[in-house]
Amino acid sequence: MTERLNNLKESPSQTAGPYVHIGCTPNFSSKSSYSYDLGKTMKIGPVLGEEITIVGYVFDGAGAPLCDAMIEIWQPDAAGLFPATNETRGIADPNFMGWGRSTSDMNTGEFIFETVKPGTVPGPDGVMQAPHITVWVVARGINIGLHTRIYFNDETIANSLDPILSQIKNQKRVETLLALKKGVGRYQFDIHLQGPHETIFFDI
Amino acid sequence: MSLSVQKGKFIPRDREWQPEALTPAYKSSVKRSPQAALLSFPSTLSEETSPIFNNNILGPLDNDLIFNHAKPGESAIGARIIVHGQILDENGIGIPDTLVEFWQANAGGRYRHKNDRYLANLDPNFGGCGRTITAENGFYEFRTIQPGPYPWPNGGNDWRPAHIHFSIFGYGFVQRLITQMYFEGDPHIKLCPIVNSLTSKEAVDALTAPLDMKRTIPMNCRAFKFNIVLRGRHQTYFENRKEGL
Ligand SMILES: [Fe+3]
Repeated sequence: MTERLNNLKESPSQTAGPYVHIGCTPNFSSKSSYSYDLGKTMKIGPVLGEEITIVGYVFDGAGAPLCDAMIEIWQPDAAGLFPATNETRGIADPNFMGWGRSTSDMNTGEFIFETVKPGTVPGPDGVMQAPHITVWVVARGINIGLHTRIYFNDETIANSLDPILSQIKNQKRVETLLALKKGVGRYQFDIHLQGPHETIFFDI
Repeated sequence: MSLSVQKGKFIPRDREWQPEALTPAYKSSVKRSPQAALLSFPSTLSEETSPIFNNNILGPLDNDLIFNHAKPGESAIGARIIVHGQILDENGIGIPDTLVEFWQANAGGRYRHKNDRYLANLDPNFGGCGRTITAENGFYEFRTIQPGPYPWPNGGNDWRPAHIHFSIFGYGFVQRLITQMYFEGDPHIKLCPIVNSLTSKEAVDALTAPLDMKRTIPMNCRAFKFNIVLRGRHQTYFENRKEGL
């Protein structure tokens, strides 16, 4: 028996606006009363697995990088476990936060995450998914936060078996979800809000 | 007979109720709105889990914007208010232990941000930034000053209604939400292109906080009530019948 208890409507979204830094990364725009910005450090000690750096830009429809975006990521540890209260499969790496928050650089637009290569987690019907990171983007001009995922271009076999990637009708667009390996532990992942390379965004 | 609840997939978002990506009267949306259809699939563990925030990240004044940026013995200028409410999911269940962040302009409508060039003065005692973690049943509150309306470069003469920005987490990463709270009776609400990205009067009302005289502190502070609803999961009930019944 499946039913709704009490049909409330989700609160409507409004843009994060140009000053999202004040509330979410206050030490980025000026000195603040917080000792550090949440989500800036994803590793609080030695971590298991491969440490990686992901850098990228968010581009608008004119091809200009956004310099006022906020990007958040959420992912499991190297063993595929989430540091979340509702993770029931085991205990995640205590030195790994799983969640990161980065802003586009105010001059260049570059964002950066220092994290670990995620392990695998089951998807619909228990089929294992390829390693991926959940991404959420907000900025001035974005009326409702955009969800997407980072997969890895050096995970060819896992990607080819992934239950979400294989649903994508235009397989050419799959590459918009792939971080490109740029050296040992280094990946590039650009997000295109519009245009011929528009990133696939999700409605989950 | 007892009833046990098992949580299912997240209920799909009502995209007709939420603002469209492209709302041309809000000019920044023109080049920043995706145009292809979104890819839909049922939530997985990646979306059904969410980071943990403990109360130990909070400083003692994080929920008091009147004092958290003020010099000793001084305080922010403006009409003192309490903003309070409950963070709920669509099933009406309060969400405890979740992070709520808020930011706003000062009483003159000026943000403490290097890109804000509005000629209204900064208040040296006002930072405009606060946060809290919800209590049991999802209740939250903070104290601040009522922000002023401000002009913004959009249509030539656009003014934002007074508002407070909110960022909320929840128990699943797909609940992640950023929104804005408006104040009951503000004449700028119906003129604002960002407010008008909303699709109905009901949606605007859902973001408009009424004056709450019950929580007002006489001769001290007025109060506004603002509940926030995050997405919910399908609830599946299993009847656990006792043997022999
Ligand atoms: Fe604002």
